[in-house]
Amino acid sequence: MIGIVVFPGSNCEYDCYHVVKEVLKTDGCFIWHKERHIDSSIKALILPGGFSFGDYLRTGAIARFSPVIDAVSQFAAEGKLVLGICNGFQILLEAGLLPGAMLKNKNLKYICKDVYLKINKKSTSPFISEYKGRDVVKIPIAHGEGNYYAYPDTLKALHDENSIVFRYCTADGQVTDDVNPNGSVENIAGIANANGNVLGMMPHPERCSEDILGNRDGLAIFESMVKAIRQAAL
Amino acid sequence: MKEPQITKDVIREHGITDEEYATISGILGRKPTFTELGIFSVMWSEHCSYKSSRVHLKKFPTKAPWVIQGPGENAGVIDIGDGIACVFKMESHNHPSFIEPYQGAATGVGGILRDIFTMGARPIASLNSLRFGPLSESYHKYLFGGVVAGIAGYGNCMGVPTVGGEIYCHSCYSGNILVNAFNLGIAKTDKIFYGKAQGPGNLVVYVGSKTGRDGIHGVTMASEEFTDDAHQKRPNVQIGDPFTEKLLLEACLEAMDKGLVVGIQDMGGAGLTSSSSEMAGRAGTGVELELSLVPTREEGMIPYEIMLSESQERMLIVTTEDKKDELIAVFDKWDIDGFVIGKVTDDGFLRVKWHGETYAEIPAASISELAPIYERPIKRPQWQDSINKLSLEKIKTKTGKVVDSNYYDVEYYNNVLLQLAASPSIASKRLVYEEYDHMVQINTLVLPGRSDSAVVRIRGTNKAVAMSVDCNSRYCYLDPYVGGMLTLCEAARNVACSGARPLAITDCLNFGNPEKPEVMWQFSEAVRGIAEACDKLNTPVVSGNVSLYNETKGNAIYPTPTVVMVGVLDGWDKVLTQDFKQAGDVILLIGDTFNDLGGSEYLYVCHDIEQGMPPAVILEKEAALIELLIELNEGGLIKSAHDCSEGGLMVTLMESALSGNVGVQCELSSVWYPSLRVDSLLFGESPTRVVISVDGAMMALVKDRAQGKGLNAYMVGHVIDNGADNMFNICLNNKQLVQLPMVTIKNVYDEALGRALERT
Repeated sequence: MIGIVVFPGSNCEYDCYHVVKEVLKTDGCFIWHKERHIDSSIKALILPGGFSFGDYLRTGAIARFSPVIDAVSQFAAEGKLVLGICNGFQILLEAGLLPGAMLKNKNLKYICKDVYLKINKKSTSPFISEYKGRDVVKIPIAHGEGNYYAYPDTLKALHDENSIVFRYCTADGQVTDDVNPNGSVENIAGIANANGNVLGMMPHPERCSEDILGNRDGLAIFESMVKAIRQAAL
Repeated sequence: MKEPQITKDVIREHGITDEEYATISGILGRKPTFTELGIFSVMWSEHCSYKSSRVHLKKFPTKAPWVIQGPGENAGVIDIGDGIACVFKMESHNHPSFIEPYQGAATGVGGILRDIFTMGARPIASLNSLRFGPLSESYHKYLFGGVVAGIAGYGNCMGVPTVGGEIYCHSCYSGNILVNAFNLGIAKTDKIFYGKAQGPGNLVVYVGSKTGRDGIHGVTMASEEFTDDAHQKRPNVQIGDPFTEKLLLEACLEAMDKGLVVGIQDMGGAGLTSSSSEMAGRAGTGVELELSLVPTREEGMIPYEIMLSESQERMLIVTTEDKKDELIAVFDKWDIDGFVIGKVTDDGFLRVKWHGETYAEIPAASISELAPIYERPIKRPQWQDSINKLSLEKIKTKTGKVVDSNYYDVEYYNNVLLQLAASPSIASKRLVYEEYDHMVQINTLVLPGRSDSAVVRIRGTNKAVAMSVDCNSRYCYLDPYVGGMLTLCEAARNVACSGARPLAITDCLNFGNPEKPEVMWQFSEAVRGIAEACDKLNTPVVSGNVSLYNETKGNAIYPTPTVVMVGVLDGWDKVLTQDFKQAGDVILLIGDTFNDLGGSEYLYVCHDIEQGMPPAVILEKEAALIELLIELNEGGLIKSAHDCSEGGLMVTLMESALSGNVGVQCELSSVWYPSLRVDSLLFGESPTRVVISVDGAMMALVKDRAQGKGLNAYMVGHVIDNGADNMFNICLNNKQLVQLPMVTIKNVYDEALGRALERT
């Protein structure tokens, strides 16, 4: 069972549920932010995109005080999978489950478009196991605050641990300033914790997991989650 | 509390005429109180009462077997099969957006979303139609940025994708921009909710944000011309809170799903006044409110202010006594306030009390039923004849050469195409739609810029909904009757170009001051044109909105009757797009080309001419073309379809090539005949034409099918793909007319809007 944590103002929870349920044919459920306990049947969590509490302050800054966050932290500490997409990533940063912070996009506008991502093949995070031979994928972004920032020593640690999982790149995998959509430091689009079981990413893999939508580059992330859950159960 | 005296000045300040005041006194059998005067003034404003337009709107066909709910409710509803209904409406937020673009546009989106979910539907797709003054005017650059950001700010937060729209810039909108917002939602056909206060004894529950002093007399502002002091009305514009609305949406849908709602209506324009009186009026009941129970944001608000406030994100719900607690618990879960503020009665009165004292007592049905209806004088403008004259000798090149019927000049036509590619109405809107979340809800089957229509899938079925918003206001200015028909036809054609069958429309009729006979003539003619075309294409009007008084200092906008056509397609995988798919495919033009330069984008952009008659349209041919497109697509015979509109054949070919990332090689001799001007062939805007691409082996069959429907299909060229060296090559009788590298066109097309907005 994959649990999808719903905050007031989340708006991608049904999209994630659709991919889990209808595309992957896996069980999914919603977890309301006021819950203090995560059921033991739940083997992985998704914090979906949206505008939790309207994001009228810094994104995720209020959501991190939701009752469910302590349970999410505990869940992560037990080594179980936690995926934060977009607003979910922002919440993980605010909650201290991942290092760094988000700033407004450098053009100060919301941006919704397809971007290419370079996958760090040195990362051992279980979320990317199903990408196998591929190291460049196309996944859309949709955010106003995706300009990731971290202090140099944090960045160094991320590098040392191979925790920078996705970086914005060209179609052929070049990581350049021209294709950095939001001003993110070192073109960072997604990072994991040292253990790899917590992943935050600004792009939305649930938006490109079906052929009918013209792109299924995002599906491998969810497939990787399902695979990791199965292996943990063995 | 003692209310102000009703003096002649007070009556005038409320925009109420002497006759209207007499009618009010007649209805009440006494003089109105101050609160009552306020109620009548907003309900009888043009915006709420449609007093100038109602006699004309009766011309619209509103029925078809698939129509569940026509005009008169919060939104129209059609049955699309599989137990699914589409609920949709378009509404204007023109006046507020001109004064405060971000909040004006944002609350326009918020208002239309409430109209949809109040009927029990989950909103799944937004469109908009935006019209600004020329972007050379710095204030309009500001308005452009503000309006787009406002739409994005509200819609993105709500998690409702903005999947399409149109943008025009013209000096007629310099003093009055237009912001028309459309939304479509999905509901089960047996779970539609209506704005009816049924069941005397039932409770009236207020849910949502607290009531403040914002927006008082907003609808009155929308029913007046602007003067120099327009900007002093900025405090009349409401402030949006999309987060609260998102919670309200989820809570309302949950309460409806649990069977806790008898009737529901949003508090939009005219706030508590319109929701309570309309709900009672529709149900033939009365409503009694105790205003001291309404949660207010500010101290000391009087009944008049509470009734007239247009604070956003509020709904009025009628529920039964036994379901009340469960209803309020649902809203509590979503952190939304809910209070019982009154009850449904059987005496037919809207009765407003405050701390037990009665401040208004009005027969509820009379507020809408006895609202004034004006058959305003109509007069064809004196200047109409002069603008219908087109002098072709004025069409000259920059060096002064007359562009005559047989003018061959590659440089000239190349420049025309590039100028058109840079025109804001044609140029890429990428920088706009990238600011909108157009993918959330993961139903967007066609990304913006790849089709004449926006297409979203309906999950749980195999169906997709196609939508297109259109209006060519220059055509409507030159001839509102023909312009109205052309507007409707283009919207229907666009939907058919995605393979979908057009089913019904909503409209947003934007005009000038109805007290001017010339404006009423435009209105009446445009409605007549739209109505005739709707009738012929079997696409009734199911909802809509009228926005009048779009004038500043006596200058009216061009008549702008915007429509959104909604159509349905069976099979997600059958969606047709505009892009050329494969090198070697044959390009066909379906439909005939005439000397239709009147009102064309070409004459406007390149020669500053807005004269002549708009192209004539034959509705039977349009209906045949729509049938043909649906049939060809169902048979899998065509690979792309794109309608010919602004900029004519060349712009259509250009857009199909650009979105397919290919080039074209065309020879137009099959379309041409000696009396057809070369520029008409290239840039004329004869309607009822579509450019399609097909596999070469299918060409004969497609031509036959077209012939069978009484339409001509002309082979005009081939799709070419040489990668970065792709060319846009157009010849006539073996002479070159246009020759441009695709990369040159692409740069102009992609960058034009951004450049226009940057320039200072």
